[in-house]
Amino acid sequence: MTTAAKLPSTESSARAFQVGFDVEKIRRDFPILARDVRGKKLVYLDNAATSQKPRVVIDAITRYYEQENANIHRGVHFLSELATSEHDRARQAVRGLINAADVKELIFVRGTTEAINLVAQTYGRAHVGSGDEVLITAMEHHSNIVPWQILCEEKDAKLRVAPINDAGELLLDEFAKLLTSRTKIVALAHVSNALGTVNPLAQIVELAHRKNIPVLVDGAQAVPHMKVDVQALDCDFYTLSSHKMFGPMGIGILYGKAKLLESMPPYQGGGDMISSVTFEKTTYNKLPFKFEAGTPDVAGAIGLGAAIKYLNGIGIDKIEKYEHQLLAYAIEKLSAISGIRLIGTAKERAGVVSFVIEGVHPHDVGTILDQEGIAIRTGHHCAQPIMDRFGIPATARASFAFYNTKEEVDALANGVLKVQEVFA
Amino acid sequence: MPDLRDLYQEVILEHSKAPRNFHTLDQANQKAEGFNPLCGDHFTVYVTVHGDAIQDIGFQGSGCAISKASASMMTQVVKGKSKAEAKKLFDTFHKLVTTGEANGDGSDLGKLAVFSGVSEFPVRVKCATLAWHTLQAALEGKQEKVSTE
Repeated sequence: MTTAAKLPSTESSARAFQVGFDVEKIRRDFPILARDVRGKKLVYLDNAATSQKPRVVIDAITRYYEQENANIHRGVHFLSELATSEHDRARQAVRGLINAADVKELIFVRGTTEAINLVAQTYGRAHVGSGDEVLITAMEHHSNIVPWQILCEEKDAKLRVAPINDAGELLLDEFAKLLTSRTKIVALAHVSNALGTVNPLAQIVELAHRKNIPVLVDGAQAVPHMKVDVQALDCDFYTLSSHKMFGPMGIGILYGKAKLLESMPPYQGGGDMISSVTFEKTTYNKLPFKFEAGTPDVAGAIGLGAAIKYLNGIGIDKIEKYEHQLLAYAIEKLSAISGIRLIGTAKERAGVVSFVIEGVHPHDVGTILDQEGIAIRTGHHCAQPIMDRFGIPATARASFAFYNTKEEVDALANGVLKVQEVFA
Repeated sequence: MPDLRDLYQEVILEHSKAPRNFHTLDQANQKAEGFNPLCGDHFTVYVTVHGDAIQDIGFQGSGCAISKASASMMTQVVKGKSKAEAKKLFDTFHKLVTTGEANGDGSDLGKLAVFSGVSEFPVRVKCATLAWHTLQAALEGKQEKVSTE
């Protein structure tokens, strides 16, 4: 139980990665990566749950509270103006990152979950009626299932689910068949958090738009890993979570096409979302403020802005290329171990490798890897229907970021061998 | 630092691979379902109670090694015991897996003592106690599913 067996050597073990940046230098930007866990060097492979934060993000938040803190959009004093302009700059940074046409199309929310709830409760309540349908896919996170269930229950509408194949890929033909005159909105993940599948958004959006059905894309797992261009995708809504892209927790973005957002009723009422209030009538503020009631998370927005600046400094294209190699290497290493079954083997995938080990429950896998300092996620990944689809209670999931290394993938594979030894 | 061998003792691994009383009970007059939504562990515990005595017990479901071994060994230990004795055993067992120590009141945990290592892995306490909570629900005739959350 103390030594792991030798891993089978694989073809790419000897092959060097093509890296467009200095990974060791990048790692030093993330203070937490230097710490030990349970007496071992931390191997953080739970990036799909949340990513770690670089020093520049932590510093930006600290600087805001030490030097710039004031409420925004009110008051003429120096700090209020400064905080307001910093908050605006963060929104500009998001606009550049996902190529939105205008900053007014970007609503600050708490994260992807709130973004989807916002659309379900505003656009959804205004457009989905009795007998109508909302179409999602079988690979959605609970956050892209439950808000629609709540809506459908309220409106006596029906939630339709497009099926996936055994590889974890959406069945496009079946999806197309489910688009009917009753379908009022399509909502799906860009990248599946449990399987890593990248959905063919261009085709999906085109199919839906042919029938004038708007498409919401849950981009939580996509944004930190690949170039996203909402105008090129032509999706109607796109959501992202700051904490999964090296920014702070508690803030995210809902992108919506201006025309749609303007036609939608407000989500929450309060300060900042109004232009005038009397007891008889309130006039709502213009976009994006109409959807941003109350004092926002200014520090969070600034932290997100800093994270985007940091990502741009490295280059999303380089990140994508490197992570692709890491993922391919992990798939190769894990597949070479007998008794391992990968869950989700889509041709197009990113960021995530989900697996089960024969005879060992994922929870036990997680505990044993944790003793090696390796952090992975075990469980149903907030995607219970996917687990049911594959007939398993849970999986172990390793998910990568650009600060992960080939050696960490080796540590994971060695950890798996150790699990098998314990349970031999 | 906790040692994996404290958690995954041989007896525990053996029970997880070949659980005892791992079946439904046709004559069961009480049953309950237990669920850990965090990791998906899911068991149903069946008991045949006569008067105050647990005459027979079985369980079905899926879960991690700790939850399955705990359920398996629980069924062995409580068979033939009274409801009150089973409850007392659960209390002692709960103390063992949360503190690593058994009560000093003479309750005999017997081979259940192998679960003392769980106390060093706080997130696994729910795994070790799921079947016990479920048994209590069955004995109390509770209808709703037991959840560890």
